[in-house]
Amino acid sequence: MIDVVLENVTKRFAGQVALDNLSLTIPGGSFVVLLGPTGSGKTTTLRMVSGLDKPDSGNIYFAGRSVTNLTPAERNVAMVFQQYSLYPHLTVRQNLEFPLKSPLLRTSKADIDRKVNSIAAMLQISHKLDNKATNPSGGEMQRVSIGRALVRNPQIYLMDEPLSSLDAKLRADLRIELKSIQANSGATLLYVTHDQIEAMTMATHIGVLHDGRLVQFGSPREIYEQPVSLYTATRLGQPRINVLAADTFPGSPPGAVNIGLRPEHITQGEGQEALVKRVEHLGDQTRLHLVFKKNDIVTVTEAHTRLRSGDIVKIQPDKPLYFDADGMRLG
Amino acid sequence: MSSYSVTEPSARQKWAAGTLVVIYALITILPLLWIIATSFKSPSDAIAYPPKTLFEPTLEGYVNLFTTRTRATEQDLKELGEPKTWYDRIVRKDGFIIAGPSRFLERFSNSMIIGFGSTVLCIVLGTAAAYAFSRFKVPLKDDLLFFILSTRMMPPIAVAIPIFLMFRSLGLNDTHAGMILLYTAVNLSLAVWLLKGFIDEIPIEYEEAALIDGYTRFQAFYKVVLPQAMTGIASTAIFCLIFAWNEYAFAVLLTSGTAQTAPPFIPTIIGVGGQDWPAVAAGATLFLVPVMIFTIVLRKHLLRGITFGAVRK
Ligand SMILES: Nc1ncnc2c1ncn2[C@@H]1O[C@H](COP(=O)(O)OP(=O)(O)O)[C@@H](O)[C@H]1O
Ligand SMILES: [Mg+2]
Repeated sequence: MIDVVLENVTKRFAGQVALDNLSLTIPGGSFVVLLGPTGSGKTTTLRMVSGLDKPDSGNIYFAGRSVTNLTPAERNVAMVFQQYSLYPHLTVRQNLEFPLKSPLLRTSKADIDRKVNSIAAMLQISHKLDNKATNPSGGEMQRVSIGRALVRNPQIYLMDEPLSSLDAKLRADLRIELKSIQANSGATLLYVTHDQIEAMTMATHIGVLHDGRLVQFGSPREIYEQPVSLYTATRLGQPRINVLAADTFPGSPPGAVNIGLRPEHITQGEGQEALVKRVEHLGDQTRLHLVFKKNDIVTVTEAHTRLRSGDIVKIQPDKPLYFDADGMRLG
Repeated sequence: MSSYSVTEPSARQKWAAGTLVVIYALITILPLLWIIATSFKSPSDAIAYPPKTLFEPTLEGYVNLFTTRTRATEQDLKELGEPKTWYDRIVRKDGFIIAGPSRFLERFSNSMIIGFGSTVLCIVLGTAAAYAFSRFKVPLKDDLLFFILSTRMMPPIAVAIPIFLMFRSLGLNDTHAGMILLYTAVNLSLAVWLLKGFIDEIPIEYEEAALIDGYTRFQAFYKVVLPQAMTGIASTAIFCLIFAWNEYAFAVLLTSGTAQTAPPFIPTIIGVGGQDWPAVAAGATLFLVPVMIFTIVLRKHLLRGITFGAVRK
């Protein structure tokens, strides 16, 4: 378990900045999730760590040693790609064996078989081992490509939105599976996604990317409860945080331009009156869509609420977050 | 992905299409069948009018192809006694005896060495160049590719005289190496263009995955790109071989003895005096065999097609 450090890494493509002076420490044994929308530089970050691309400036360290000029093979990293997962001319088994047979690892035949069989069993693809890699379904193919990373014991696992093409059920299963594999093995993992559920459920640390900059890094709870900016605040939380003008409720500090209210941070029964526009029963909870001073607000309430569309309910903020004109959080 | 509704052709349409294909195949194969049939005819059957479709098959054409013969007197034949082998018997029937082997085998092996040699060289160089053009930042890439293609914008024979002079001063006249170089040079532009197209279609992500999996760039090329480029390599190799195998004009111009290939040799079999069409036909028939075998061996790569299925959509 080693620390992986990116130090002031900048990368441009045709003059356009993809990574802007990015510094990030991935502690050994942690599950770091980089969260950001498409184009925010997630894939580029992984390619820097893997060695597939070199930074224009800045350095990358594995266990304190600079690897900036090493090839991917010399860095000993495993990566699950966002696209093109499997070698199409090989069988599933040959795909899983491929990294083990490399000149880097030179694994013995017995070890190869043992590792491949145990990973295949874990990912429930044992029955597909002798199929062509083009044969399995999308979900199976993605499990094979995750397996191709897991058969190894690299310095760090890099995963580029590995679950984004799978259906919801499989995604939920693999989320739990990946988290428990990482927790049990103590492996270091850098995982990028634009899916906040994946980030919240698996990460020990979340890094929020915005236009190639790391805008916040911390535990999921820290990021959720103490976002540094409006941008970060809107990355996490389902339904999204309500963002209103700061003077919508009394008591804003000076300089506040916006107030951010997470749906669960709105107390009902006291305060000012709001109109219930729509009631969504989700089974375990109920979402209320309110109209308050011409603003739409979403909040949650108990599952069996009697409230109906057209009712009036009193609300007031609880733990509000205030943001200044630049979108930075105050206080 | 959008789905198109393609109507499955009806049984009658399939029949019609099948019939057309068979008719076309028959028309194209007819001259070939005629040559093969002629190779098993006797010289008189071969020039009979109206042409004979039914005839007594003989190996005379093949024997004449592989041997040189001299006319023998009654006296000579008596002295020699009974013919010892089946080919002696065929030759004696017309009053000849075998004087020695012909040059056909030599010319045929020249064709093999030059044809396959230039094909292998062309594939090796073409694949390397196509890979470089496809993957690396080559300065003036488009201009270089255009230049390579422009070498095929006139018939190669248009530069016959400069090539002839160049070969003479380099001592490449009538050598295997010279012919291999020449055919490789002519074929290379086509090979680079064809192979680049195939390699462009192979996503670079596979090589990157191999780099991550602990392989070097060359190993990634060898283990991941080459197997997926086999379809392109097989079809390019067939094109190269067919050109080198059938090439006539340069072979006439640049070879006479040591390195002469089969195409300029076969017409000379026709002989002095008599017109030995069956021997010519036998030479043409045997000449077809290597290309046919080569194509059949590579066919499985052509039919398998390119598998882009392992791609996450
Ligand atoms: N090979 C490339 N050539 C040109 N631009 C690129 C390349 N790779 C990434 N970019 C640009 O860099 C930015 C970050 O891309 P990327 O890291 O792929 O984002 P993400 O993975 O978060 O969607 C984007 O603006 C993208 O267009
Ligand atoms: Mg990406």
